[in-house]
Amino acid sequence: MGVNRREFLKIAGLSTLVGLGGKTAFELLAPGELEAREAPLGEAQKWGMVVDMHKMDEPLMDKCIEACHRFHNVPNIGTPKEEVKWLWKETYHHSFPGRENEYLTEEVEEMPFLLLCNHCTNPPCVRVCPTKATFKREDGIVIMDMHRCIGCRFCMAACPYGSRSFNWGDPRKAPEALNPGFPWNPDYPTRSMGVVEKCNFCAERLAKGQYPACVEAAAEEVEGALVFGDLADPESEPRAVLREHYTIRRKPELGTGPNVFYVI
Amino acid sequence: MYDGGKIITGLVIGLALLLFPFFYTAGKAARAPERELTAKAKEAEKCIEATAFMKTGHMKLLDEWRDEVVRDADRYYTSNLTGEVHYKSIQVTCMECHSNKTKFCDRCHTYAGVDPFCWDCHIAPKESE
Repeated sequence: MGVNRREFLKIAGLSTLVGLGGKTAFELLAPGELEAREAPLGEAQKWGMVVDMHKMDEPLMDKCIEACHRFHNVPNIGTPKEEVKWLWKETYHHSFPGRENEYLTEEVEEMPFLLLCNHCTNPPCVRVCPTKATFKREDGIVIMDMHRCIGCRFCMAACPYGSRSFNWGDPRKAPEALNPGFPWNPDYPTRSMGVVEKCNFCAERLAKGQYPACVEAAAEEVEGALVFGDLADPESEPRAVLREHYTIRRKPELGTGPNVFYVI
Repeated sequence: MYDGGKIITGLVIGLALLLFPFFYTAGKAARAPERELTAKAKEAEKCIEATAFMKTGHMKLLDEWRDEVVRDADRYYTSNLTGEVHYKSIQVTCMECHSNKTKFCDRCHTYAGVDPFCWDCHIAPKESE
């Protein structure tokens, strides 16, 4: 015996009621409440950074890079082909292709820019990762689960910013002369051979309420050279800087939604 | 049967060779190694969970931790034994007490023939000896 039309309608009606009583009803009756309970990792919705190039100079950039790489045990491999970098310097022309206006100011033309992972709103590296080793956290950080990385390097091909490095060898076997005392930070792991790595916006420091290592290092020299905070919060520090200054981002035309801004 | 004698002799020799390791090591089972506690671990008296559970289930706990920390940013563990809260980290939390990796971890792992790759990345504490 099948279900006749009358019974079918009864069942359909009842299931709809049950459906309404679940998550949907929550959202209809108290919007946002459920989200708030399920959501945030950390305290932000969208971590981001502003690099104020007027306050930056090359020694300061080197200091930030040093702080980052020492904190995360990122060794200096010594060869550009195999280099591993979380935070690095690059010329304006290489950082912002498509913005190569003629007759640029000397400052822009000559000065290196401090580059890092842009923690994109729409990260292509996440989309291509076959093991979901790279994923986007709810607070906006694009982070890697090293336990899952199989070293396929799809993410490196996908990232338009060169923010990702591959470990061609064991980082602990990096040249001793270039890395005296490696690994430097006994509280943070190194990586193993055959995985990709990148900036993680110091997720482990944010969890303790500390600023990222580069931001902290920059703040020791100049106030506001690196401004870090929640871009979703209009009252946050980076939003205040963005309101006051004209900023550029790297390759926004690609639609990745980079969350690192440069005041020039 | 043609060449029956040769075949049976061959079979007996083959069987003897096959079973040789069993007879050779019979009654000589390697003793399970004793893990050694550091002074700090001894003083603490209890681990974050019951010792029996830690012996058999530490790998499961660590496996859960690594997912929870990295993927859910859930970095603190509340002990079912004491109710104390611990930072989920093999490198920082576990190895603070068990700073003698060679005598605490490696002995049993070697005996059991397991080779966990934790230490490819996570940094083992420096041991004085």
